[in-house]
Amino acid sequence: MPAVSKGDGMRGLAVFISDIRNCKSKEAEIKRINKELANIRSKFKGDKALDGYSKKKYVCKLLFIFLLGHDIDFGHMEAVNLLSSNKYTEKQIGYLFISVLVNSNSELIRLINNAIKNDLASRNPTFMCLALHCIANVGSREMAEAFAGEIPRILVAGDTMDSVKQSAALCLLRLYKTSPDLVLMGEWTSRVVHLLNDQHMGVVTAAISLITCLSQKNPDEFKTCVSLAVSRLSRIVSSASTDLQDYTYYFVPAPWLSCKLLRLLQCYPPPEDGAVKGRLVECLETILNKAQEPPKSKKVQHSNAKNAILFEAISLIIHYDSEPNLLVRACNQLGQFLQHRETNLRYLALESMCTLASSEFSHEAVKTHIETVINALKTERDVSVRQRAADLLYAMCDRSNAKQIVAEMLSYLETADYSIREEMVLKVAILAEKYAVDYSWYVDTILNLIRIAGDYVSEEVWYRVIQIVINRDDVQGYAAKTVFEALQAPACHENMVKVGGYILGEFGNLIAGDPRSSPLIQFNLLHSKFHLCSVPTRALLLSAYIKFINLFPETKATIQEVLRSDSQIRNSDVELQQRAVEYLKLSSIASTDVLATVLEEMPPFPERESSILAKLKKKKGPGAVSVSELEDGKREGELNGAGERGTDASAIATSNASTPSPSADLLGLRSAAPVGSAPPSAGSLLVDVFSEAGPAAPSAAVNDDNFLSDLEPPTENSDSLLVEGPSESDSAPSSSSLGSEDPAPPLPESDELLNKFVCKNNGVLFENQLLQIGIKSEYRQNLGRMYLFYGNKTSVQFLNLQAKPVEPLVEGGAQVQQVINIECLSDFSEAPLLNIKFRYGGALQNITLKLPITINKFFQPTEMASQDFFQRWKQLSLPQQEAQKIFKANNAMDTEVLKAKLLGLGTALLENVDPNPENFVCAGVIQTKAQQVGCLLRLEPNAQAQMYRLTLRSSKDSVSKRLCELLAEQF
Amino acid sequence: MKRKRLNTGFKMQFMLLFSRQGKLRLQKWYVPLSDKEKKKITRELVQTVLARKPKMCSFLEWRDLKIVYKRYASLYFCCAIENQDNELITLEIIHRYVELLDKYFGSVCELDIIFNFEKAYFILDEFLLGGEAQETSKKNVLKAIEQADLLQEEAETPRSVLEEIGLT
Repeated sequence: MPAVSKGDGMRGLAVFISDIRNCKSKEAEIKRINKELANIRSKFKGDKALDGYSKKKYVCKLLFIFLLGHDIDFGHMEAVNLLSSNKYTEKQIGYLFISVLVNSNSELIRLINNAIKNDLASRNPTFMCLALHCIANVGSREMAEAFAGEIPRILVAGDTMDSVKQSAALCLLRLYKTSPDLVLMGEWTSRVVHLLNDQHMGVVTAAISLITCLSQKNPDEFKTCVSLAVSRLSRIVSSASTDLQDYTYYFVPAPWLSCKLLRLLQCYPPPEDGAVKGRLVECLETILNKAQEPPKSKKVQHSNAKNAILFEAISLIIHYDSEPNLLVRACNQLGQFLQHRETNLRYLALESMCTLASSEFSHEAVKTHIETVINALKTERDVSVRQRAADLLYAMCDRSNAKQIVAEMLSYLETADYSIREEMVLKVAILAEKYAVDYSWYVDTILNLIRIAGDYVSEEVWYRVIQIVINRDDVQGYAAKTVFEALQAPACHENMVKVGGYILGEFGNLIAGDPRSSPLIQFNLLHSKFHLCSVPTRALLLSAYIKFINLFPETKATIQEVLRSDSQIRNSDVELQQRAVEYLKLSSIASTDVLATVLEEMPPFPERESSILAKLKKKKGPGAVSVSELEDGKREGELNGAGERGTDASAIATSNASTPSPSADLLGLRSAAPVGSAPPSAGSLLVDVFSEAGPAAPSAAVNDDNFLSDLEPPTENSDSLLVEGPSESDSAPSSSSLGSEDPAPPLPESDELLNKFVCKNNGVLFENQLLQIGIKSEYRQNLGRMYLFYGNKTSVQFLNLQAKPVEPLVEGGAQVQQVINIECLSDFSEAPLLNIKFRYGGALQNITLKLPITINKFFQPTEMASQDFFQRWKQLSLPQQEAQKIFKANNAMDTEVLKAKLLGLGTALLENVDPNPENFVCAGVIQTKAQQVGCLLRLEPNAQAQMYRLTLRSSKDSVSKRLCELLAEQF
Repeated sequence: MKRKRLNTGFKMQFMLLFSRQGKLRLQKWYVPLSDKEKKKITRELVQTVLARKPKMCSFLEWRDLKIVYKRYASLYFCCAIENQDNELITLEIIHRYVELLDKYFGSVCELDIIFNFEKAYFILDEFLLGGEAQETSKKNVLKAIEQADLLQEEAETPRSVLEEIGLT
């Protein structure tokens, strides 16, 4: 054995360790340990009081056994006893045992705290340090409660020994991290900051960790540390390698302290004081210069320490992001490291360059290293280095090099390590979309991704390609052709079948002219993959087939036969069976027109942030630099416009929300079902929503164009929009039982809520902590039906919900539904009020909202040719027939979004009417019981000024005015 | 200022020493974890690190942490730091600790650490506290340890070999 026993030498312990080491098997070891445990237990329980030495030895043995990986459930008390020994070695072992083994056993913590307290008060620096180490090691809340007040005092007291100060600083840091609320620096702040000036380098080294942590939480209180840190750093950087004696490490002066100083400065923006800033820039330049000097030693420790400081300095330079000169120098330095023979340096250079790539000052400089980085991706032997290279390529990608980088990443994917494939796929998909100049390249890239790494292509990726193809008609033909070719491969990935099925189902007609891809060939190609696919893909294919029937009537017989076959119509999977049955029926009974309507081409998806990005973010976790850069560092406009809004996690899934079937029905066939149900007959579903709205009615009645939401006889005005309600007798009992509270005035935000629904019919109307009200509505001519869903978000009951035939009680977490039938008697501008009262706990809740019924809901779209449009436009030329507004855009001016909104408005969007293709024109007729009002609309966006001009003309001035008001809030 | 980084300096999460055979020789945890979690982490990391080839880079990403490791003779020294921390300075923390052990034991080997694990802990506590460098001067750390040893020798009463063995 080597020269072991300095000091004590617990021979019993050494013998025991030897025994354990000599054990030939795990069983023998366990046997030996159990014997020892029994022995120790009996000693501890024995009548004879153990002396300190024995206690220490046994506690030490227990510790050893614990460190071997065995559980220890006794001996804690003996260890605590050792703490109060006045022999240093016994105390030390006691503290060690507690540091390693104690959890928050409250009884013991009290005893331990007591011992610590005594040692802290002992004024013996060695004991004080032991106690402080123990606090820092355990760091429990109980300890923070007991000592958070005392330790700052020890830290700043003039007569505290340096070694104790060091321990106190880090001990306080640990307590601050456990219980920041208990560590109050207050009066000590300035004295703690001034520890940066301490004579003793060790004290500065320890204190700066504490100061850095406190500065992050309270930057203002600690901001004086900046100038102190700069001058300290400056002194170290300019010192000769021998000046700092033992704090020089392999000829590098104080590397740890330098790094910590540079890190502290990263908590603050660049110093405002010119002199301080000048001094700091000088330091940073010196550090960069030193990197070019010949090494003072060949030892790796020398270069590591030197480069540790260099990388920290570069971090600070990147953090400031304001000194182009330094940024470019940093980049050049890292460029040298990219080819260094040390793997560690190559790794770090790749990593650090990733952050440099996001700075506008150094982005171009980073790009010059593209060949080296690509080479690293191909040749590095260590996967963690290759991963860094891939990250850097992703970060340095922009429009100029996207094609090259995407191609390299794709080819790397073929051999990439499994562990990083999924992330690589996401990155390629994001880059391809972000920098697509033409979308055929984008489509090619994604299909290649599926071909090369199909298993790693998540749903988000293939959803996204479909969204984009649907939204851009310039690429649809190409996409159809490309998927058709891709599907020719004898073995193609299921994801390819999904994309192929969807795209051919929508756009197969675009390539059907070519006899090589005639409808039947397309169908046979898709169907040849059918039996190899999982249920969700098969379901998707079935939807594609029914779309085929609509696109190509000549395939009808073949497809019906497939649907009729037992393997479909009697499929054991309900979803498939249901689709087969329904599609077969649909195709045989529906007229061509109905079929064409039901199976119409999918409308464009609303523009949204790529969900792929969200997925990558989730994968990388919050600390991932490269992702946050992607968002921050958008350097060039994206083809895909409004990519930044929100983080919509499920791109396509949302559009499916109303689909009853749980399996992804991308074609959205099912949601079409309820449309066209019989118009509600008046009085069939009587609702007492407004039974309490009576008192509000008279005030509303002042307006000629008002509505009556009341059930009291609507005497005042027959020109009103009447919301049908129950007969008076129905409503009477409920209103009497509900007390006489007046309905509350409409919520201030009710207009805003109303505006949300101008262009859509479904959604959440209102939500607070208690209640959520969802709405689904449908309109046909001058009639409408609205479903209100009252969701109880709490876990307790609402009592006395006043909405009659609804159950007067909503269970916690439950939802009740209410149906309102609507008839538009005449045009109107005020929305009906909905007053809701219920009891939550003891309190009556009283909420009044505007029901989202607006005049445009009764639009019937009117298609017309350009000539007709302008003729009518001219006819409606009286000044009062026109309403016009010029207003600023509230949202991104995205053509697709605008189109979707105008369609949601209910009018027909007329293509090729306006001579200026940027403008939109629409036409429709508003249906009321009294009359029909024809409306024409023209919307002229001015992208440069971010303004719109909206003009409405209709045969009735109040309608023009109201529509104009409503629409001006929408864009 | 594009980087969203808010970490607290060079906070080490834990340090593990293990042999080429995968036997754990020393563990120091600077973050509160359950025993179960500690065992799981140890098992996973030992496996990961031992599987790496000699010329590979000393850093690897693991969960959301960064592992910095280096092999000295038969022992691996392995530290976990936060993702944005300075890898190279951590590598030199390891080296300085090895130097301290070496100086104290006189050309240290794995056996020294096995038989004197408590000393290895004491030295580590003088050097790093709560995962942060407390004292980087080799002289100062060893001075503190030697002072303690001195106290120890004064306090120690010699014991007979017989008594020692009888009591084991």
